[in-house]
Amino acid sequence: MPKDAPRRWDRRMQQRLAHGEAAALGELYDRFASLVHGLAHRVLGDESGADRITREVFAHVWENPDAYDPKQGPLRSWLATLTHERAVRRLRRTESAALAEGGGTPEELERKVRRASAAARADYIVTAMPTPLRAALELAYFQRRDYRQAAADLGVTEDEARRRLRLGLQLLSTANDTPSAGRASGASPGYGKAL
Amino acid sequence: MTGSDLPEPPPAPLALDHPVLKSLLGAWALAACSPAEATAVEEHLGECGPCAEEALRLRDAVGLLHAEESLDLDPGLRTRVLESCLGRRPPRIPVPRWAVPYDAESARLDALFRDIGNSEWHAPVRLRWFEEGGQVSRKTTVAGVIGHLLAVDGMVAVALGLGDPLGPETKDPQLPAERTEAYWKASYFPPTRAVRGPWRDQTHELVRTVSFAGDGSGLMPVPYGTAPEGGEGAGQRIELPLRDAMVDRAFECWIHAADIADAVAYPYDPPSPRHLHRMIDLAARMLPGTLAGRRRSGLAAPSRDLVAAGAPGRSLRLEIEGLGGGEWFIPLDSPGATASAEREVAHVALDGVEFCRLAAGHIPPEEAAAGQDGDREAIRDVLFSAASLSRL
Repeated sequence: MPKDAPRRWDRRMQQRLAHGEAAALGELYDRFASLVHGLAHRVLGDESGADRITREVFAHVWENPDAYDPKQGPLRSWLATLTHERAVRRLRRTESAALAEGGGTPEELERKVRRASAAARADYIVTAMPTPLRAALELAYFQRRDYRQAAADLGVTEDEARRRLRLGLQLLSTANDTPSAGRASGASPGYGKAL
Repeated sequence: MTGSDLPEPPPAPLALDHPVLKSLLGAWALAACSPAEATAVEEHLGECGPCAEEALRLRDAVGLLHAEESLDLDPGLRTRVLESCLGRRPPRIPVPRWAVPYDAESARLDALFRDIGNSEWHAPVRLRWFEEGGQVSRKTTVAGVIGHLLAVDGMVAVALGLGDPLGPETKDPQLPAERTEAYWKASYFPPTRAVRGPWRDQTHELVRTVSFAGDGSGLMPVPYGTAPEGGEGAGQRIELPLRDAMVDRAFECWIHAADIADAVAYPYDPPSPRHLHRMIDLAARMLPGTLAGRRRSGLAAPSRDLVAAGAPGRSLRLEIEGLGGGEWFIPLDSPGATASAEREVAHVALDGVEFCRLAAGHIPPEEAAAGQDGDREAIRDVLFSAASLSRL
C-alpha cells in the first residue's frame, strides 16, 4: 500500500462522517472497534466499562467529526488517545470512589492508574510497531528463541536480530514514561504519529 | 548441551567491546543471549552507567509484553454503539432499514475472521442445499465460501452499477451457482485468505451505495440470473427487488458464517431478532411462488381450488416461535390468492432458527416441523417448498 493511502482513508472518512453518512460510521466501527475496546479493557479490566467507553468514543467522533484534524496524525492514534484519556478518567473515578469508602491509599490509586495506563500504551505500541521489530520480539519472548535462532528464523544477521530486539524494547519502554503533570491536551505518550 | 552427566563448565569469560555489549542489551533483557554473553553484559553494567540505565528500562519494558488476549468483541455491541450514535445525531444519509441486516451480518462474519488462523482458511466446508428430492452438497474451503459470497453479492453490485467481482467480461445474468463456479474456476490456485479484503470492501460498498440510493431504491429489480433450460420457466429472468435481495444476502451471509464457524469449531449465534424476523418474512413471502413452481413440475400436489388473484383461498398458518418470530398465512392454491385465518386448513409451528435452517436446506423437511395439524398434504408441500428456497 502506498504510504499516503491510510492518510487518504482517514481524510475521506472524516468527510463522510461530517456529511452524516451512517454507513461511514459502521465502517469506522469495523476498523477501530477492537482497538478502542481492547485499550479500554486493558485500562479498566472490565467488560461493561470497556463497552461504555467504546460507545462514548464513537459517539464523540460521530457528533464531532471536525474535532479530528488529519494534519495532526492518523485517525488511529487520535482514537487511541481519546480512548486512553476516557478510560483513565473512568478508572480514576471508580478508584477514587473506592478510596472514599476506605479501600486503599491515594498512592496505591496513583500506582494502579499508572500501571493500567502503561499497559494500555504498551499494547498500542506493540500493534503499531514495524512488523520486523514485532516479529523479533515475538520470537524471543513468546517462542523462547535466543537471538541467534531468531536471526535464523527471520533470515537476518545476528547483528540485525540484536538490533531489532533492542529497538523493539526501546519503543515499548516509552509506555512507562509518565505523562507530565497538568498536560492540557495533545497525544498521550505512546500514541504519537511517529509509529 | 552435551547430554553427559558432567556439570556444565562455567561459561568462559568473553571479551566484548562496548558497542557489542550495548547491542546485546535487548537480547539480554529478554534472556535471549548465551550464558557467556549474559555474564559479560552483567559485568559491563557494573561499570557503565548509561548501559545500566538502559538495561533497567528495557527489562521493565519486557514486563509489559504479554500474550495477546483474544478478546471477543460482543457482536451485539456494534448495533448498540451505532444506534446510540445515530440517536444522538440523526444521519443525513441513513442506511435503509432493509439493508441493516446485511450490514450487521457481514460485520459479524468479518469479526469471526479476526480470530481464525492462516491454516483455518483452508479448512474444509461442506455447502449443503436442497434440490428436487433431497439434500445435495458441494465441498469447498472457508476461503471458497467467501469467494461464493463475493461472487453472489456481486449480482447486487452489478445491479447497482458497481464493478463485477467476476470481472467486466462476465456475461449477464447468471444464476448464483453459475457465478460461484465461474469464480472458483477463474483462479488456478484455490482461494486463500486474500479473498477477505475484496469481499469486505464489496460489502461496505454495497451498504454505502444503497444508502445513497435511498429507501425508494428498494423496489429496483436485481437480476438473479436466467432460469435454466429444460427446467421450470426456462429462459425466464429471475429477479428480486433490491430490498429483498439485500435481506437474501444477509440471510446467506449468516447461514454460511455458521457453516464456517462449524468448520473451525467456533460458536456463532443467530442474527438479532429484528433481523431474523426480516429473513423469515422474506422466506414466507417467497413460499407461494416456490410452491407454484414445484406444482408445475409435478413435485407438489395439484391445486384443489381455482382461485382468482386477490380472492381468498385455502391457507396454511405458519407460526414461527421464538425471538424474531410471528405468524404468516401462506396461500396454498395460487401465489396470487389471499391467505387468511378464515380459510386456514393447516397449521405448522416451528422455531425461527429451525425454519431458517430448513429454508437454507440444512435440515430435511421431513424432520423440520415441531408442531403441525390439519391438511397433511398442504403441510408437506409447504415444508418441501421452504427447503426448495435453498440453492448453492
